Amino acid sequence: MDHTDLTQYLDYVLIAMLLAVGFAIVRLRNLFAVVMLTGVYSLLSAAWFVSLDAVDVAFTEAAVGAGISTVLMLGAMLLTARESEPAGAKRHWAALAVVVAAGAALFFAIPDMPVYGDPNSPANSYVGMDYMSSTPNEIAVPNVVTAVLASYRGYDTFGETVVIFTAALGVMLLLGFGTGRREDDDDAAAGKAAKAAKTEDKA
Amino acid sequence: MLEIILERFSYIPIIILMMTGLYVVIATGNLVKRLVGLSLFQTSVFLLYITMGKVFGGQPPIIAGDAHGGDAGHGADAAAGYGAEAAAGHAAETAHHVAEIAYSNPLPHVLILTAIVVGVATLAVGLALVVRIREAYGTIEDDALNAADYSLETGSAE
Amino acid sequence: MSPHLILRVVSKLLIPMIVVFGFYVQFHGDFGPGGGFQAGVIIAVAVILYALIFGMEEARRAVPPAVVRYGAALGVLIYASVGVATLFMNGAGEPLNFLDYDALHPDQGQHTGQHYGILLVELGVLTTVASVMLAIFYAFAGRVPDIPDEEW
Repeated sequence: MDHTDLTQYLDYVLIAMLLAVGFAIVRLRNLFAVVMLTGVYSLLSAAWFVSLDAVDVAFTEAAVGAGISTVLMLGAMLLTARESEPAGAKRHWAALAVVVAAGAALFFAIPDMPVYGDPNSPANSYVGMDYMSSTPNEIAVPNVVTAVLASYRGYDTFGETVVIFTAALGVMLLLGFGTGRREDDDDAAAGKAAKAAKTEDKA
Repeated sequence: MLEIILERFSYIPIIILMMTGLYVVIATGNLVKRLVGLSLFQTSVFLLYITMGKVFGGQPPIIAGDAHGGDAGHGADAAAGYGAEAAAGHAAETAHHVAEIAYSNPLPHVLILTAIVVGVATLAVGLALVVRIREAYGTIEDDALNAADYSLETGSAE
Repeated sequence: MSPHLILRVVSKLLIPMIVVFGFYVQFHGDFGPGGGFQAGVIIAVAVILYALIFGMEEARRAVPPAVVRYGAALGVLIYASVGVATLFMNGAGEPLNFLDYDALHPDQGQHTGQHYGILLVELGVLTTVASVMLAIFYAFAGRVPDIPDEEW
């Protein structure tokens, strides 16, 4: 039990850091800082995932959340803006009202949630633990997460793969293939003018 | 009541984090920062799921005691097939391991694992849209975008 | 003369290791944390690092965008064809199940079919994820003007 207690203290530290980073993201207006803090947030939550025994998730969060997302957001930031405008007071209060209402509803639901760390809670009782006991006999792969991901829920993962493929398709349709210089590089200005004319026509 | 809340303390910071993300989504006009808020919200939801699957004193859901995990099932089936003593012993040992060690719930891990990757895919599409909006309108602040749309509409209304 | 000599030397050392680690994560995914999703991202990151340090032109020469495009579709195709293969490889009288890996190998006792199936499917995931992440990166980076040296 000592072990559990120690990880709990680690959890408190991580939670405090997550909260601090979250509030910093709210306060900051420099988009570069905001994007980098998002990466920090991802890394911190990856650390918490490790302490919650979700090593695969932690790995993915560290690679995807802190790596790729940050790179993509930096790229998008370079193409768009470096600073965000401050929020108006009206907007701030409206957002605060929504957040407080939604948060109160969620707090109201807390007593119905499964107890943290309880091995017998409904969340931990049925199908998840069945995977734990049947994987050695049916799949014979030590990492149960891989077994569930690729075999028991292979159909599900197939869908995810198609979703990712579709996302790439969408990005390529929106931004082009990225095959080097744009076709209209010489007359970028002319292209922009044409585009503006097009939007006007549409409107 | 206090005890009920204390047993579920982990949800409190997670809800606050979720609401932080939601606040950023609503209160900021900047589309990039809004997507940042969305991913903040998303990561907090991941945390919510994973904390539900945690078991105190549990291990990560990687079945322990075998670098030859492939042999574990093999042993069990071989034992059923021709009753080799060693294999039976091995299978029993593995079964023992599974019974004895507490593991955290692998199911939320699987769901969130795929959700993270799908999350970055949707984020990429969102950012691509923002980039196109910037190219078309020259701004990514939604007040300015609304104003531009409004002037376009009223300007070309015939 | 390169302005980022140290970065270039260090990343030249690092990139092969990142790729090897990616493949380790891929093929060790059955035994430890890892799998196609993580490995795909790590391999994509290796190319992205290369692109950041040596410039987009070099990266496009190393991994052409066309390859990336085909790769994204190929991975989905690998995954789907494993499923279709299991449909056809089932013995007579057995139910036909999409992605039922046991049909891939007659040896039911050792679950070899399952292991083959997971390996192939993860390979499909790896191909798609690595290609998609690179495709997205190329799409964004194709629009970013090269960062001037003074902004480094």
